Amino acid sequence: MDARDGIAATRVAERMYRRRSFTNAIALGFAGIATLLGLFFLSWILWTTIQRGSSAIHPAIFRKMTLEGGLLNAIVGTVLLSFMGIAIATPIGVAAGTYLSEYAKLRKFGEAIRFLNDILLSAPSIVLGMFVYTLIVMPAHSSSALAGGVALALIALPVIVRTSDEMLRLVPGAMREAALSLGVPQWKVTVQVLYRSALPGITTGVLLALARIAGETAPLLFTAASNFYWSVNPTKPIASLPVAVFNFASQADDAQIALAWAGALLITLFVLLLSVLARGILLRNKVAHE
Amino acid sequence: MNDSRLAVATAMPPMQAAAALNKPKMSARGLTFFYSGHEALHGIDLDIAEGKVTALIGPSGCGKSTLLRIFNRIYSIYPGQEARGQVLLDGEDILDPRYSLNRLRAKVGMVFQKPVPFPMSIYDNIAYGIRHYEKLSRAEMDVRVEQALRQGALWDEAKDKLKRSALGLSGGQQQRLCIARAVALRPEVILLDEPTSALDPIATGKIEQLVAELKSEFTITIVTHNMQQAARVSDYTAFMYLGELIEFGQTQTMFTNPGKRQTEDYITGRFG
Repeated sequence: MDARDGIAATRVAERMYRRRSFTNAIALGFAGIATLLGLFFLSWILWTTIQRGSSAIHPAIFRKMTLEGGLLNAIVGTVLLSFMGIAIATPIGVAAGTYLSEYAKLRKFGEAIRFLNDILLSAPSIVLGMFVYTLIVMPAHSSSALAGGVALALIALPVIVRTSDEMLRLVPGAMREAALSLGVPQWKVTVQVLYRSALPGITTGVLLALARIAGETAPLLFTAASNFYWSVNPTKPIASLPVAVFNFASQADDAQIALAWAGALLITLFVLLLSVLARGILLRNKVAHE
Repeated sequence: MNDSRLAVATAMPPMQAAAALNKPKMSARGLTFFYSGHEALHGIDLDIAEGKVTALIGPSGCGKSTLLRIFNRIYSIYPGQEARGQVLLDGEDILDPRYSLNRLRAKVGMVFQKPVPFPMSIYDNIAYGIRHYEKLSRAEMDVRVEQALRQGALWDEAKDKLKRSALGLSGGQQQRLCIARAVALRPEVILLDEPTSALDPIATGKIEQLVAELKSEFTITIVTHNMQQAARVSDYTAFMYLGELIEFGQTQTMFTNPGKRQTEDYITGRFG
């Protein structure tokens, strides 16, 4: 009886093993195809952007305004708008993330805010643009760089809240206990010990938020609008690369379409640079910890 | 080293031990503890002798760490945790909300299971706590940092890299840094919560030696799951089981002639 049971058990085990191997192969196959599909489109887009963009980039676009067939005012505008957005969103976002992680950790209220923040994270950016349009542009009767900066800040904000919250929660509880057991009050522990520990992660989050807003077009259409001339006045409309690309790409003139490709390449390179930078910071920190 | 430590404990006259307990540094009186309504400690009465090492032993979940965490009220950072009864420090009830947390934690330092150096230099790890209580000149601070690192038996290894990140130290060195960090505040009591459970035997030996040296200046309470360690380092031992204090006495007596069956069973490895 024992022997026959043994053989039966082995046969069953072998059948089960073969079935698992088969399922595994299918799952791996699908995962591989999905990856290839994603990579295929990504490299196609990147290739086209680099090919068309690089042939359109020449030194003159860094000297001339958009009116004269250059991109100088749009580049400066994008840098200005992005940093304005980050400058507004970072302090608020880090403070909110700190509140969620350190003060509202186990409370229902904190969970509710986290949920709302996730909704804001996935809100269509054009809706945020409309919101700022009603809030700032309509009362002022004019589009402005400031309104554009606020719109971009609203997009960056939930990203920064989320990363600050998560990075602080990754700091081991023992670190909090150790610092608190020295008699140091909680706010000091947060600022002097926990921020230090979470800094690389938070910085990465801010850089990724910057990368995200640098390429945004929709929220700028109604807020910062566009400007063909040089302007760094926060109360006046300002040019930006994404909006310039949007405008030029719909023109019939080949030179203007080429300019749109050049702008698209510049944004892509800028975002790529930020992502590499963010990864570098995280990686360096990981190595330092090990 | 281990044998000599045991010999010292054995050599202590019983009268002296009794005298020490007449003047306890800390005492728990009818101490009960709740984790979100669940009672984890049931009316603990325990005296911690001044200038001695008291070990809390018992199987996992017996409440020994919970008890230790009440002694500096570190439990209070978590909502839902509540202690009832009294814990007297020099006769004053530290569970009284009027007892300042700042004052309590300056008097009662703590070292945790896992070494947790702060993400800053070795020097700043020590100076961080001191800066919160005292305004010292650069030179005075240098002296204090050196003193603390010497007391933590880390000075010789760390003196040439004080400005380097403490995260670069080995696990054993990090734990000695944590002890030095607690000692730097010149507390009266030091609580050690399984301080060697994450360390290798050599690092453990160094910490145990350090505990023996520190007890001349501080009152020490150590939680350990390692009975040999309790026998080696402590003067008194409290055996806990299921949230109750089963037996308390001189370490030597507890390990050679325990008064209760449960203590004997645990010490001889029959359970836990």
